[in-house]
Amino acid sequence: MLKDITLGQYFPGKTIIHRLDPRTKIIMVVVYIVALFLAVKYASYGLMLAFLVSVMILSRISPKRLLSGMKPLIIIILLTGILNIFYTGGEHLLVHWRFIRIYREGLINAGYMILRIIMLISGTFLLTYTTSPIELTDGLERLLSPLKKLHVPVHELSMMMCIALRFIPTLIEETDKIIAAQKARGADFETGNIFRRAKALVPILVPMFISAFRRADELAVAMECRCYHGGEGRTRMKIMKMKLRDYVTFLIGALLLAGVIVLRHFGL
Amino acid sequence: MTPIIEVVDLKHVYSPGTPFEHKGLDGVSFRVERGQTVGIIGHTGSGKSTLIQHLNGLLKPTSGKVYLDGTYILKDKQTTRNARFRVGLVLQYPEYQLFEETVRADISFGPKNMGLSDAEVKKRVEAAAACVGLTEALMEKSPFDLSGGQKRRVAIAGVLAMEPEVLILDEPTAGLDPKGRADILENLKVYQRQKNATLMIVSHSMEEIASFADQLLVLQKGRVAMYDTPAEVFKKAAALQEMGLAVPQITQVFLRLKELGVDIDTDVYTTGYGLKTILAKKEGAGHA
Amino acid sequence: MEHSLQAENLSFAYPATDGGTPIPVFEGLDLTIEKGSFVAILGHNGSGKSTLAKHFNAILLPVCGRVCVFGMDTKDEELLLEIRRNVGMVFQNPDNQIVANVVEEDVAFAPENLGVEPKQIRRRVDEALKQVGMYEYRTHAPHLLSGGQKQRIAIAGVIAMRPECIVLDEPTAMLDPKGREEVLQTILQLNRDHGMTVVLITHHMEEAALADRVVAMANGKIVCDGTPKQVFSQVEKLEAVGLTVPATTRLLYELNKAGMNLPLDALSVEECAQALKEALNQSSAAE
Repeated sequence: MLKDITLGQYFPGKTIIHRLDPRTKIIMVVVYIVALFLAVKYASYGLMLAFLVSVMILSRISPKRLLSGMKPLIIIILLTGILNIFYTGGEHLLVHWRFIRIYREGLINAGYMILRIIMLISGTFLLTYTTSPIELTDGLERLLSPLKKLHVPVHELSMMMCIALRFIPTLIEETDKIIAAQKARGADFETGNIFRRAKALVPILVPMFISAFRRADELAVAMECRCYHGGEGRTRMKIMKMKLRDYVTFLIGALLLAGVIVLRHFGL
Repeated sequence: MTPIIEVVDLKHVYSPGTPFEHKGLDGVSFRVERGQTVGIIGHTGSGKSTLIQHLNGLLKPTSGKVYLDGTYILKDKQTTRNARFRVGLVLQYPEYQLFEETVRADISFGPKNMGLSDAEVKKRVEAAAACVGLTEALMEKSPFDLSGGQKRRVAIAGVLAMEPEVLILDEPTAGLDPKGRADILENLKVYQRQKNATLMIVSHSMEEIASFADQLLVLQKGRVAMYDTPAEVFKKAAALQEMGLAVPQITQVFLRLKELGVDIDTDVYTTGYGLKTILAKKEGAGHA
Repeated sequence: MEHSLQAENLSFAYPATDGGTPIPVFEGLDLTIEKGSFVAILGHNGSGKSTLAKHFNAILLPVCGRVCVFGMDTKDEELLLEIRRNVGMVFQNPDNQIVANVVEEDVAFAPENLGVEPKQIRRRVDEALKQVGMYEYRTHAPHLLSGGQKQRIAIAGVIAMRPECIVLDEPTAMLDPKGREEVLQTILQLNRDHGMTVVLITHHMEEAALADRVVAMANGKIVCDGTPKQVFSQVEKLEAVGLTVPATTRLLYELNKAGMNLPLDALSVEECAQALKEALNQSSAAE
């Protein structure tokens, strides 16, 4: 059920990828995504894929785990693919039935599109799988800290994100319980038209919201009890320091980007 | 007579084929007669919660069958739906399922889902509310304005209003104070008497379950370790302790007395029976 | 004796929900807790025991009277952080106290808030985790741990502040017997081995029996105050306010009502069995 969703989950480990500075990893994901959108054909995709696979091997995250995390996104991925099949024009008409025209270019395009989305998701998953949410938010907070001068509440935002990530599994578990409890009272989520089904969600949504508010309330008190008073004067247990491996990673990132741009120049 | 509930070789595997695969239930079989009170005990992860969710068809077994009054509950959709209503299930901390604007509306949710007439729904809601001691004044309040103990009773009334023949509760008294616990157990007994219902209760409190149940189902690692009367189960104190379960304090006292060389019955698990045993022993000694 | 927590003539009322009169919780309550002691505050739901707890670290402020912790008045806003650092709080639901996704990061939360040096934080976190016996779980995700383990993490998160005193508000109410045992052992250890003042709020008689002193509360008033033996022998008084006594005391009490003469303060299984043996031997010897 809902429990199987691994979105945003962290798998602790001690590989080199796990040990990289979170700031490095965040920057690398951005570089990777930019490169992915610059990639045009098999050569550049091949280069990107090679990069992705090496990171996967280095981080010891199995492809199976990556793919299983994508389950909830399958519909979006397929939909994008299908739209691309129908909406891409070209020269080689393969199927023509009433108003539907499918071209060879469409199929190729859809293939690339699906590949791109999967690679995009895999890349970001590798980040969240190998970086604890706290490190991630810490990294983001530090990367964005120049914005504090512009009165952007960077610390507060990162704290919020950290707490949200912490509570996702708890709330998912709770939702499963509420669904079971309402089913036991004869709630029916499977029959009826859309309107009836939407209405059937009320007995789940109301308790969920109430529970989330109650938790937020209790958490706020517990945080106060542990002397939380905003970001001012706060220190960190883990100090972030860029090491040689981080600089090497940046070099690899630059090479990857350069490689894709060169390949793009040659239309590969 | 057909048992009201019969469980045959029930198995349930969670997340099969993934690294998280584990056995929730591993071949559970037992029967419950109509009108009995069964206490289900076992430490966390022994399969208690998994088991009870099979008894009203919320969970589908990997293999094995559950029969309700002789009928296989997953026979067809209609039977399964009926089983939901005939077997009332109150999960842990049921107050977290409340959602309606008033107590009355919340208790009506179950009976309304059964497709009953408005008059019948009203009648049942009144009866259920009375059974758990909710006053008329509370009925129009928002359930979220009530105290913890009251919310718990509203949630239980929500299931009682469906008038199930079998009522299953997962730790109905968890987190309540002694008075709150005693009240809820009393309410359940009243319901049982009124409807000749069968009760099944999961509990961590040996004291509570010892004085309440007439059969105890002890689960361990998804299997039935014992299924017997409290007297017989608590006799096996050593075996229970090995499973990480305790025997009631009163039983511990009598076991210790026996160890100290006093010739006395050790199948004592309630204060009342302990009292009788000691007094009888004293009398016996007096006339010896 | 050195005092740690002190409530003097304490009154408190919750503001009314819909404009009516405020709901008083207690009026003129006096309670002093000695440094290094283990005190259980026993009471039914709504007896005011949790409200009292929240006064000890300035989450709530008295309407009347005052609360002093280690000589600091909780009304003094300047001292707020120092008060909260000294009086650690643990609540009922472990899920709602854990902030971070990794055990050690969560334990580090309080010292980080206090601006402790990074190296020192590391030391405190490791020490706190060892004290609650959760060191080997330091890199785990809290939501995958058992209730008892989560509650011990919450305790570690509080003792990482190096408080003088720890107040636990029904810390075992949501736990199974195993988790309850783990948490109680941890609490006992903190008190016995580390000399920490412990205030345990509970409605479990068996838990209260572990303390040096039991304060029974009902309707915002203290009904009994003394050692567990003194308090639990007052069976009628406790039952009148919706509390029960341990099964051992209950049995002895009933037997006395039936004409026997047993000591009501034989609390533990061993003491109770010994008392019964003696009484039975006497009656057979008397013949």
